[in-house]
Amino acid sequence: MDSNPSGRRQFLKQTAALAGVAAGAGVSADWAARGQSVKADVTSKDAHHNELLRGTPSRRGVRMSVDHITYYTPLQDYNGIITPANLHFVQYHASHFPEIDAQQHRLTIHGLVDRPLSFSMDDLKGLPSVTRIHFLECHANSSPQIHHAGNQNMGLPVQYVHGMSSCSEWTGVPLSVLLNECGLKKEASWLVSEGADPGKFSHTLPLAKALDDVFVAYGQNGEPLRVEQGFPIRLFVPGWEAPFSVKYLRHIKVTDQPYHAWNESMNHSIPRDDLGGKARWYHYEMGPKSVITRPSGGMTIPRKGYVQITGLAWSGGGVISKVEVSTDGGKTWKDAKLATPVQSKAHTRFTFDWAWNGEEAVLMSRCTDERGEVQPTQAELYKHWGITGPDANKPARAIHTNMIQPWSVARDGSIKNAMFA
Amino acid sequence: MRCSLSLLACMAVLAAPAAGMAQQPPRFNVGTPLSAEEIKGFDFMIGPEGQQLPVGRGNAKDGAVIFAKRCEVCHGKNGESGVLRRLVLGKPGQPFRGPFKAEHRDSVAYYPYATIAWDYINRAMPVPKPGTLTHDEVYSLTAFLLYRNGIVGETDIMDEKSLPKVEMPNRNGFVPAVPVYPPEPKPSWW
Repeated sequence: MDSNPSGRRQFLKQTAALAGVAAGAGVSADWAARGQSVKADVTSKDAHHNELLRGTPSRRGVRMSVDHITYYTPLQDYNGIITPANLHFVQYHASHFPEIDAQQHRLTIHGLVDRPLSFSMDDLKGLPSVTRIHFLECHANSSPQIHHAGNQNMGLPVQYVHGMSSCSEWTGVPLSVLLNECGLKKEASWLVSEGADPGKFSHTLPLAKALDDVFVAYGQNGEPLRVEQGFPIRLFVPGWEAPFSVKYLRHIKVTDQPYHAWNESMNHSIPRDDLGGKARWYHYEMGPKSVITRPSGGMTIPRKGYVQITGLAWSGGGVISKVEVSTDGGKTWKDAKLATPVQSKAHTRFTFDWAWNGEEAVLMSRCTDERGEVQPTQAELYKHWGITGPDANKPARAIHTNMIQPWSVARDGSIKNAMFA
Repeated sequence: MRCSLSLLACMAVLAAPAAGMAQQPPRFNVGTPLSAEEIKGFDFMIGPEGQQLPVGRGNAKDGAVIFAKRCEVCHGKNGESGVLRRLVLGKPGQPFRGPFKAEHRDSVAYYPYATIAWDYINRAMPVPKPGTLTHDEVYSLTAFLLYRNGIVGETDIMDEKSLPKVEMPNRNGFVPAVPVYPPEPKPSWW
């Protein structure tokens, strides 16, 4: 049996191989080249920050700028539902990752509690733990603007459209256990978390959710959190938009009101027509969503006959109860097979057997969650948002997008993103 | 000592239902108590009404000097033309009154509370050395950005009392008026 370090090396080798698959196989050289060129976004003012990043191996699907580091998960290239840790998406609001000494790191909980406490890593790991499989999704994932004709990601695979959703097995201590150690005061109703990253990423969380299923995670897929995922600890808020899951978690302050930190209300809210031009400043759950990952944009179906259509579905509302697939642009739908067991608030793998007749086709998937909520079409979602008239079929600036993704298949087997087509 | 206490606590809880007492989850007595002094050393987050603001003061004139030295490299002259976020809408004396759109999110004028600017500058700025500004410098920089957005005058003093009282043009631009949980309307993901 491998010792820990070599076991980790083996794991790294395997995931590196998977990343290698992402870099070339199954898709055009054009895509691979464009994927690489994304890094050239960096402006000259980034020279200093590139200095800080020197030594970080070049990686496909990475985008860096002065105030952002983004990794997209290559959804088109892997199977099952577990995203390897180094392929998990990152949407990071600073220029370099913090280097934290886990031995020195402390999580403090204070504010409206009877006993303000500081927890070491040993403290946290010594408490009862939970291990759960959950998706995590950036609230900006799949946003309509990503589908804009001028967007450099158009024509690239699903990775660059929906790849800010990932799913891993996370291990940690329930926040309810920690809050119970501290003892909540009667007037406590919210809490605010702060990270130890340079941008001090901060986010408010309603106490009711904190006591429900939130945990402080220190493990991902069996190994310690990686630096990009918040080493040594992060908050994990199942089913909710990812900014709630504060990385490099350092302080939790229990309060009786939301704090409207810069990251949450300002940068993460968009004025909407259906709200009279106002912005909704606290979204919580991510809605039911599915996407066909293979075959998808940028790929080619090699020949007529059998094609396995596969993809992922998930919902912040719980378990995915049904996924349907259409090969005729939504005119008719048939049930897809779900890989079991289906986990709550987790990616759910679906497959669908299809015989391609060589004609044009439009592939779509649509999911329903355990509460009966159904993934909307683009038209339905825009109607909710109050986007009408000439704007109704154009990419809008919006977040929290879970509309049905169409992929069009041409007679030569090539596949394109058909959203807004 | 701690060990036996936690054992007692667990046993007491396990016994509680039989004794007809209110059910309480067990405590493990893990974690190190924090003193008020220790908390003061890291408790820098500022709420919207600004009761937590520390003593300090500054105006836009002082802020302009600091901004040119510490902030202009990324945010551009007067926060209007940098490689990063355009921090300014409107101009001195002429605040932007809306309608606010998605592209206005980066501006200080979009914030519903002036305290948000103070809190973010204080904890996260300037890159690459966040947390190195004095309280007076943070008040001055906040005053400067509010002035460039036409929200306060150039010599108006911003301090722990005046800053929370600044009326922001987009204060009522968010729904619901008071954030609630669970959310309305359903479904919550709209």
